[in-house]
Amino acid sequence: MINILELNHVNKGFDGFSLQDVSFALPTGFIMGYIGPNGAGKTTTIKLILNMLSLDSGSIKVFGKDNKICEQEIKEKIGVVMDQPFYVDEWTLLDVERSLSPFYQKWNSSKYSTLLKEFHLDAQKKVKALSRGMKIKLMIAVALSHEADLLILDEPTSGLDAVARNELIDILGIFMTDENKGILFSTHITSDLEKIADYITFINNGKILYSSTKDDLLEKYCIVKGGNGTLNPEQKKHVIGYREHSVGFDGLIDRNLLKALPKSVVTEPSNLDEIVVRFTMGEKQI
Amino acid sequence: MNIIISNTAGIPIYEQIKEQIKAAIFNGELNEGDLLPSIRQLAKDLKISVITTMRAYTDLEHEGFVVSMQGKGCFVLPQNTNLLREQKLRVVEAGLLSAINAAKLAKLSEAELVDMLKLLLEEDNYD
Repeated sequence: MINILELNHVNKGFDGFSLQDVSFALPTGFIMGYIGPNGAGKTTTIKLILNMLSLDSGSIKVFGKDNKICEQEIKEKIGVVMDQPFYVDEWTLLDVERSLSPFYQKWNSSKYSTLLKEFHLDAQKKVKALSRGMKIKLMIAVALSHEADLLILDEPTSGLDAVARNELIDILGIFMTDENKGILFSTHITSDLEKIADYITFINNGKILYSSTKDDLLEKYCIVKGGNGTLNPEQKKHVIGYREHSVGFDGLIDRNLLKALPKSVVTEPSNLDEIVVRFTMGEKQI
Repeated sequence: MNIIISNTAGIPIYEQIKEQIKAAIFNGELNEGDLLPSIRQLAKDLKISVITTMRAYTDLEHEGFVVSMQGKGCFVLPQNTNLLREQKLRVVEAGLLSAINAAKLAKLSEAELVDMLKLLLEEDNYD
């Protein structure tokens, strides 16, 4: 199995929003960051992968198998972390285990209690008494306790403080020391991904704008700045998210197009945030 | 061996890893047959992507510093010490040559230049 997750030409239409021809593949052994602004279609994609929504056309393969035909089998090995846990508020963490373990053939009870200790979660506590960071860790503990090979995390870092985010990154790093695992991590906080992600898939308005390695993306684009009136209309077209202000302009550019610009412009490396912002804003004048 | 990554250095991370492992080989911290940290372990410890680490190791392999063995890991290859010494000597020569050129521009005599070198050596406690 080369790809742990694979989407081929997936389409899904709603009133006023649609996912169009979404294709990407996550090779086994790597972390993919799924980035894009709010409402771009990240959660919809994840729901399609989990067969919580059914697709209009296209196909989704998890562990090389169709996600509908082999749903049961696949879900044994997927761990899901959504922005809110889907456990009853009144359950204690022991109840969580009691209620979930029958669904998994490979439930490992001793691993669950070890992980709770490791994550400093009190087994007697109720779900509703947990902080956001603790809830995320609880969902990860559940995922790891049924020996998941693929982790799907939907906005796990939003609402977490820096300490909790760092802890999460550590946990994911340890998970990935096994080369048979994979992680799909959707987020709009790209700084977390900047370091650990191997692949980046960038979605905007239901369409995939980019899907390949993070290093290639960061090498392909750079920030360009210069004085007002430096660029002619033709050159301005090369700049993505061109912004003009009283004392100059800035924007993002494909490094290959740099030679078409005057020598007086200044360039600097871009980060993921900047790429998302510039692609999203298009040609907006402030 | 220590590897220290700077995110603000402006040098790609894989390049930093590569250079630091090379430095460890040059100064004898890593010897022939030593096992490098596993790619995934290193990625986890440095909190960087697996691909970045792989790239550093692949480059080291292409440059003949290490060899990777399927399922066993990456090992340091024997280094040609004469060649290494030769490379270092060339760096010294180049530095001295540029000093000579600068001295010519400053109209320094040969004796003055040699004196200056001696003085600097003393200050540096060179031995």
